[in-house]
Amino acid sequence: MNADLAVIGAGPAGLCAAIEAARRGVKVLVIDENDRPGGQLFLQTHKFFGSRHHMAGVRGFHIGNDLLEEAKHEGIEILLNTTVWGVFPDNRVAFTREDDKQGSVIAKNILIATGALEKGIFFKGWTKPGVMGAGAAQKMMHVHRVLPGGKVLVVGSGNVGLIVSYQLAQAGAVVSGVIEALPEVSGYQVHAGKIRRMSIPIMTSHTIVEALGNGQVEGAVLARAGADFRIVEGTEFEVSCDLIILAVGLRPFDELLRALGVEMAYISGLGGFVPLHDENLETSKRGVYVAGDITGIEEANTAMDEGRLAGVAVAEKLGRLDLSKAEELKSDIRRRLANLRIGSYGRQRAEGKQEVLAALRERKGA
Amino acid sequence: MPDKLPNTSDDGILSLERIKTIPGYPGDERIEKGPVVVIECDEDIPCNPCEDICPKKAITVGEPITNLPRIDPAKCDGCIVCISICPGLCMFVVHKNYSKTESLIHIPYEMHPLPKKGMVVNGCDRSGERVCDARVEKVIESKKLNKTSIVAVAVPKAYFETVRAIRFEE
Amino acid sequence: MRIAHHPILGDAEKRERITISVDGKKIDAYEGESIAAAMLAAGLKVHRRTAKHKEPRGVFCNIGRCTDCIMKVDGQPNVRTCVTKARDGMMVESLDGLGTWEVVR
Repeated sequence: MNADLAVIGAGPAGLCAAIEAARRGVKVLVIDENDRPGGQLFLQTHKFFGSRHHMAGVRGFHIGNDLLEEAKHEGIEILLNTTVWGVFPDNRVAFTREDDKQGSVIAKNILIATGALEKGIFFKGWTKPGVMGAGAAQKMMHVHRVLPGGKVLVVGSGNVGLIVSYQLAQAGAVVSGVIEALPEVSGYQVHAGKIRRMSIPIMTSHTIVEALGNGQVEGAVLARAGADFRIVEGTEFEVSCDLIILAVGLRPFDELLRALGVEMAYISGLGGFVPLHDENLETSKRGVYVAGDITGIEEANTAMDEGRLAGVAVAEKLGRLDLSKAEELKSDIRRRLANLRIGSYGRQRAEGKQEVLAALRERKGA
Repeated sequence: MPDKLPNTSDDGILSLERIKTIPGYPGDERIEKGPVVVIECDEDIPCNPCEDICPKKAITVGEPITNLPRIDPAKCDGCIVCISICPGLCMFVVHKNYSKTESLIHIPYEMHPLPKKGMVVNGCDRSGERVCDARVEKVIESKKLNKTSIVAVAVPKAYFETVRAIRFEE
Repeated sequence: MRIAHHPILGDAEKRERITISVDGKKIDAYEGESIAAAMLAAGLKVHRRTAKHKEPRGVFCNIGRCTDCIMKVDGQPNVRTCVTKARDGMMVESLDGLGTWEVVR
């Protein structure tokens, strides 16, 4: 099997990259381990923020459907239920299919768009059935239509924690509350507002000490968290619940990057270890590109635009776009990305992105 | 073991003082005159679908799109089209002088089941606390609203600035 | 518990009903859903016990990464129930410690 571009991950970044490249005649193969493309979009029932270009006001799963339609229209081949387990120096991408059959594709260029992984926090009893990640709960509710619990404690007040609390209430669960170790909610105030109006309490400066229950979660022990996140002794109290959701942050899903030996750097504003890349999203390895949450934890709107940027860059490299047209397209996209990385929530990410570009320049120069 | 946690934060709740200073507030004078939207949005999130959707071009965000939406009280006629597009669900159309004694508040509603016209439900404030009875005057669903239905409730006039949510048993 | 009416997703579509057995107990499932989803819908949260301390484990990541949800399915051990589709008549059993395959020489 051969391709001009192998895209690993069919989330918003991967699909947008495939669409932009395919539009210019690039032979694209998209590979995803899930049984449906769209990445996290299909877990999201809420309306997205941004501009009209980013499909603001449209629900996550509808954005997913729209992207799929576009991809189908371009005739892009998507291998589902297929797990990429290796990328080799000869640009061979090796994968395992659903029936355990092995396969591989030799691709002139590779885009790694595998998104993010949920972080965890570890407390006594965290392994009990009834403790799960926010994404796990969203998949149960929105893909399987199964309510994962009746009375829920949500740990973490970033956008994921606030949104999943709202989604749990919409699905019919009672949310006992959201706890946050910081003194303030870290997600959008409007997301917090939605759940406060539903009488869902938010306890800031608190953390979870233990998950209680015989065989499965039946309650939790919470306590005040000091400025250093340490538990303040004597402040422990119990709350009853049958489901504890961990929404404590995301980090780039970097396994394939590490296997490839791509240059990485730790940038806390972007969620952890991120791959270094240039203005075209090409990493330290020629022909290997990155886009979406894998380059730093952001949003669906930035994932889509980064995907488009990588797709255009690959089309340009393969000579399917003349230089001036490519520059025009890339400038447009970069301007849109810059406009998403402003304000209280965006500034940190803009700085992180500057650090990434600078670090790669430095390492290349060294 | 208690079921619900005590609340320890102000997060998510805008004070009336704060609301009256943001550009999404149409002004006390305009509120007296008839239905108008109050946009309770006060964070610089890049977002502007409200600007695009208003048929009277009464909402301005401009560039950069982190600007807070500004409502032009002269242009807004309280048509409620903007309520459902807001991803933050923070737009409310308030008709303060619905009658001599009551105000009508249009709120976005995304729960199941929807209330029925004529029902008396709990009118709740921004922290979800019940503050008064609220009578359901209208329930608006349509494909265009994309599952963000709009429920209009009549509340005693004293609560027109407070009621922003409803709660009821099935 | 299954979500019959969801304010955003709408009402559940008609799906083919099937039956699987979990540790001998018959439970309802839908063709094509994950075994873990069918179990959770039936209120079954404990998938296995750990080898040393016999601690209960169940669904955690739900995307086939953490392996906490593994069980023996139709005789095959260590199957990730969160990414494996339920099929009519499937026999699902808890694991006590890690399952082993028989090595055929």
